[in-house]
Amino acid sequence: MQAVKKPSLLESSLKDAAGGALVTLALAAVMIGMKVDVASGRGAELFIEYRWFAVAMAVVVVFAGRLVMNLFFWRTDNSVAAAVSGLMPKSKAGSGLGAALKPLLLIVAIALPFALMFWLGARGSRQYIDLAILVTTYVMLGWGLNIVVGLAGLLDLGYVAFYAVGAYSYALLAQYFGFSFWICLPLAGILAAFWGIILGFPVLRLRGDYLAIVTLAFGEIIRVVLLNWYEFTGGPDGISGIPRPTFFGLEFTRGEGGFADFFGLDYSSIHRIIFLYYLILIMALMTNFVTMRLRRMPIGRAWEALREDEIACRSLGINTTNTKLTAFALGAMFGGFAGSFFATRQGFISPESFTFIESAVILAIVVLGGLGSQIGVVIASIFMIGGFEFFREFEEYRMLVFGLLMVVIMVWKPRGLVSTRAPSVSLSKSAKGISADLVQEGHG
Amino acid sequence: MDYFLQQLINGVTLGSIYGLIAIGYTMVYGIIGMINFAHGDIFMIGSFIALIMIVALGITAATPLLLLIAALVLVLVIAMALTAFWGWTVERIAYRPLRGSFRLAPLITAIGASIALQNFVQISQGARNKPLQPLVQGGFQLTDGGADGSGFVVQLSYMQILIIVSTVVLMLGFTFLINHTSLGRSQRACEQDRKMAALVGVNVDRTISLTFVMGAALAAVAGLMFLMYYGVVDFFIGFVAGVKAFTAAVLGGIGSLPGAMLGGLLIGLIETFWSGYFSVEYKDVAAFSILAIVLIFMPEGLLGKPEVEKV
Repeated sequence: MQAVKKPSLLESSLKDAAGGALVTLALAAVMIGMKVDVASGRGAELFIEYRWFAVAMAVVVVFAGRLVMNLFFWRTDNSVAAAVSGLMPKSKAGSGLGAALKPLLLIVAIALPFALMFWLGARGSRQYIDLAILVTTYVMLGWGLNIVVGLAGLLDLGYVAFYAVGAYSYALLAQYFGFSFWICLPLAGILAAFWGIILGFPVLRLRGDYLAIVTLAFGEIIRVVLLNWYEFTGGPDGISGIPRPTFFGLEFTRGEGGFADFFGLDYSSIHRIIFLYYLILIMALMTNFVTMRLRRMPIGRAWEALREDEIACRSLGINTTNTKLTAFALGAMFGGFAGSFFATRQGFISPESFTFIESAVILAIVVLGGLGSQIGVVIASIFMIGGFEFFREFEEYRMLVFGLLMVVIMVWKPRGLVSTRAPSVSLSKSAKGISADLVQEGHG
Repeated sequence: MDYFLQQLINGVTLGSIYGLIAIGYTMVYGIIGMINFAHGDIFMIGSFIALIMIVALGITAATPLLLLIAALVLVLVIAMALTAFWGWTVERIAYRPLRGSFRLAPLITAIGASIALQNFVQISQGARNKPLQPLVQGGFQLTDGGADGSGFVVQLSYMQILIIVSTVVLMLGFTFLINHTSLGRSQRACEQDRKMAALVGVNVDRTISLTFVMGAALAAVAGLMFLMYYGVVDFFIGFVAGVKAFTAAVLGGIGSLPGAMLGGLLIGLIETFWSGYFSVEYKDVAAFSILAIVLIFMPEGLLGKPEVEKV
């Protein structure tokens, strides 16, 4: 009774690939094939540079890519993907691997500066330790944002605002009152948390996507104010000469009373770099520790319940206002800590460092690592921040790759790439990881 | 008073552009309940396609009038078609596979798509901004600035008339499309209840795709207008214009077409008057603050229906 002839795999795959290639041709013909540019000699006249070869390349790549994907992954029953995943350890073993990975990563992180010093010497290891500081800063920011996005399910697109509040709090307090880093660090965190509450209060009634837009607007407002309030913040010139942190009152300077002098070491500028590295490492680990602990407390459970289903949460008597506010304030506080670290490390800050792109990078790290997964954030930061530092010449492609990865990973594994975290409590094994939205759509 | 009149004219012009972009947001929100974050960048791509076409066809202000009009119409059609294609592709790749996923998923892909589009254009077209010599020049002088020439000369340029008139025409056509054609009917059906619409034979996926296509085409019109009015584009214009157009959609009541237009006009007016009477630097802050205030105190907007939360 098979009257309709089923097209063969190759035929249908070819058709689909040809369709994809045609779409690419239409999209790329103008936007890639014709580059409009300003002629340098003849005033501001525009001219077009034709690049048909690049278009042909794009079309060929899409055609070949779709053909391969169709033949081996999407349309076959016994796909290569299934065969490969059969070879991979089962998810239980995978989580065991994750458990072994964490202490290993921690040991590597702690030993890193000394290992680098041992191999490369003080001069050679400096840039790598600098890079490690940068990566760890993003890990901390990712963990902070993970509280808001990953645990409580509130999409915050203006996280960089709290980073900015922290950085400017420290810079301004140091500039106007001469406070030291160690006094300002908690103050910056408190101020950022305070701003988190101020922002959180009015927007709590909003649904997820409205909240995203309002937080984005808030981030932009903070940046525009920092940029234009020249008398107070220095506007686009920023604030320079921000004091460096001290080691229990010992400054990292040459000569009498400095860190090196006190411990009887030869002075080296690498001491401060290593100190900064451990400082941000400890701050990041604190963030992680607090988050992991809170997750086991009622408030953490409430966050996750809120992420899964807000209406169910309310009907169970959870105070959603307080739950959201604490998530917002805590996330903001860690952002503020990271911000004041950023200020003290750079010694100079300006509104340039706190654009929407920065928020997007942090969000991308959280999303790529897996919403709610702590180790995922670490791995995503190492690859996305550290990886791109090694490919400096591809710097301009970085955000393009970030954006595309956000799309691909959401489509492929909506719960994140590295590991997923099901709710801490669920009714039965089979119900794990199925959110209320899925149930609503009939997948439960 | 003359200064006020001038600001009013400028504000309405700007508002028309915002309104056209806002329609894209409001339609998509109405039908699948998500913010199409990449819509601002679709607008930017429309603007770029229009610019490339204008340069490729060699249109300048020196082109004879009839030829100029014909060429601009051609540019508009090409820009609308190609931009619509971009809109369709973004929906197909980034949103359709996630239909029925958890709520944040399509929003995150939308942000990813927005970042990707922005950086794609930055790489493929260069980061420099592209100035275009004005194509349509001249206009009416509504006041002559007094006998001694000390007063304020109110200008209503042909370009502004062109923008306002084409926006009105497009809006009328669009309202007709939604209210009186079978496509509009299936769209309204999907807006009310997607599952039920599917049961009575509406092709939901196709309707949603067409919504994105229409939104992108209107954004392309706005892109061409923006290009001709301001005479400069770069890869970043989509971000701010997108957020403001979204603000307009929310202010007017998201999901409502006349609301989007009204919201666009209001945002354009507020922004222009703010720059005219207070400070240019803080005009974005004014627009963003309005967004926050409207969302908090009047989440259903001016013309929208209150949202009922159902389990």
